[in-house]
Amino acid sequence: MKKTTNASLPALSNQPGLKQIIRHSLTMAYRGLLKVRRTPEQLIDVTLQPILFTLMFGYLFGGAVSGNVHNYLPIIIPGILAQSIITGAITIGVQLREDMEKGIFDRFKSLPIPRIAPLAGALLADTIRYALVTILTFATGYMMGYRPETGLAGMFGVSILVIAFAWCISWIFALAGVVGRTAAGVQGISMMILFPLTFLSNAYVPIETLPSALKWFARVNPVSHLITAIREMVNQGVIGQDFWLSVIGGITVFLIFAPLTMRAYRRKA
Amino acid sequence: MHQLLSLVKNPLLAVEVSGLVKRFGDNCAVDGVDLKIPAGSIYGVLGPNGAGKTTTIRMLSTLMKPDKGYAKIFGHDVDKEGHIVRQLIGLTGQYASVDEKLSANENLFIFSRLLGLSRSDARKKTAELLEEFGLTEAAKRPLAKFSGGMRRRLDLAASLISKPPLIFLDEPTTGLDPRTRLQMWNTIRNLVSDGSTVVLTTQYLDEADQLADHIAVIDRGRVIAEGTPSQLKASVGAASLELKLKDIAEDQKAKQIIQSLLGVEGHVSGEGIITAPLSDPELITDVLLAFRNEKIQLSEVSVKTPTLDEVFLAITGHETVKSEAENKDTVLKNSK
Repeated sequence: MKKTTNASLPALSNQPGLKQIIRHSLTMAYRGLLKVRRTPEQLIDVTLQPILFTLMFGYLFGGAVSGNVHNYLPIIIPGILAQSIITGAITIGVQLREDMEKGIFDRFKSLPIPRIAPLAGALLADTIRYALVTILTFATGYMMGYRPETGLAGMFGVSILVIAFAWCISWIFALAGVVGRTAAGVQGISMMILFPLTFLSNAYVPIETLPSALKWFARVNPVSHLITAIREMVNQGVIGQDFWLSVIGGITVFLIFAPLTMRAYRRKA
Repeated sequence: MHQLLSLVKNPLLAVEVSGLVKRFGDNCAVDGVDLKIPAGSIYGVLGPNGAGKTTTIRMLSTLMKPDKGYAKIFGHDVDKEGHIVRQLIGLTGQYASVDEKLSANENLFIFSRLLGLSRSDARKKTAELLEEFGLTEAAKRPLAKFSGGMRRRLDLAASLISKPPLIFLDEPTTGLDPRTRLQMWNTIRNLVSDGSTVVLTTQYLDEADQLADHIAVIDRGRVIAEGTPSQLKASVGAASLELKLKDIAEDQKAKQIIQSLLGVEGHVSGEGIITAPLSDPELITDVLLAFRNEKIQLSEVSVKTPTLDEVFLAITGHETVKSEAENKDTVLKNSK
């Protein structure tokens, strides 16, 4: 029945192709960036936290943990980087929830675009947040006297690792955003996940000093592995076991949570 | 005929709906709706708040899956061929479906890109639509500073980027001032002259009357009447003449005049208001002249056309009781 004689028009298809998925996700990412430009205050968490935490915890714990601040920096900078990048990743849930409550999402759903595009676009746009976190953490560290062995190359390598890790982990928070009922609720749940995950790790203190149950948790906590991987990369130029564990951990989270999020999103849509 | 229609299964029937059902918990929002909407016309879906209009539109535009029944857009099933259907429709929702934080310009550019236009085409299309909808001057302002009418116009403009053969408008004029409302009506009429089919929902009988070629009256999730506006109005009865006397004592005399000229019994209320069915508006002049000759003075004269409430009363025997509580809801939602 379908006539395709009209040369100026492409035939109607019921499946968006890969090219369309990439293209529309990029357009959605562009939309995200425009919104950041309009409301720069939404970057406050990823700009202030790395600066504030580095200064605060550096001078607070430096003497106690490592004898002095200078010796503490190689330990705490990777810790704060990992923590801040995960803080940056939770925003996606709140943003998605806010978006989905507005009429704009109805339009997205009624357009002939791949259903994943609004999600993927938001995740891509967050790259700018992750890049900001990385730069600001290292810059604050540098001001406090942190001079890593591997220099810029090490920091660049670490940036790629943490940004990729944040992409994977942000699907957890995207799921919270899709299934949550209100933006405030999503924020609350995400904070509950965030705090134990980042503080109960080797970010600020050596694991050996912890009580046994906590020691066990901090050892298996994937954030600890990410922090160790960052420390090894940036301080020693080593890509070790923890690097691969972080990569595998990130991919596992992605493989579990991306389909779950997509399913919940389709059902809501 | 519309360009894209050469590609579809059924170019003549824009919408075909059969036995459509949608439940939310215990509440059956849409309870077995059947519709056949011919291409190239304006079709009005008329009903009070909570009747199931928006839910129906959401199913037709693939935003929601039906629980039972099917809906086809130009022969394509909304559930199984959603991606095709989305290429054939434009949707303007009840609440502005544009990005509040961006400008009109940015909104239209992004939607154009998402509809497959190249960068330069998207830029051209954006400028064209801004011009057409009188938004060029405000194009770079953030939407927060837009009036309700400007927002609706932008919303409608965004639905027209791809020139879809079928356009859904969910209560396009609710909350607009009378002047903006008239502008919107003209815009909607122009869409059809370009070959598109328009399906619009409304709570206002006069809006459906002004715009629609066919109307379906929907209440409690069911279509309770279907036809042309004149058929519908005929089923409700004619307009009525309402006169307010300056001197209540003259009511019997006035009643006699109406009886003799209009041939119907007038109804007199306590405050000296006489209401009588009016089949031919021409007769008003005669009535008024007769009143002057008899020196009966009037303080108010009006002709009332049937309201949605009266249509409902006539068809269903119950009034639109839900509407007031739901109206409050709407106001709250809008002010959020």
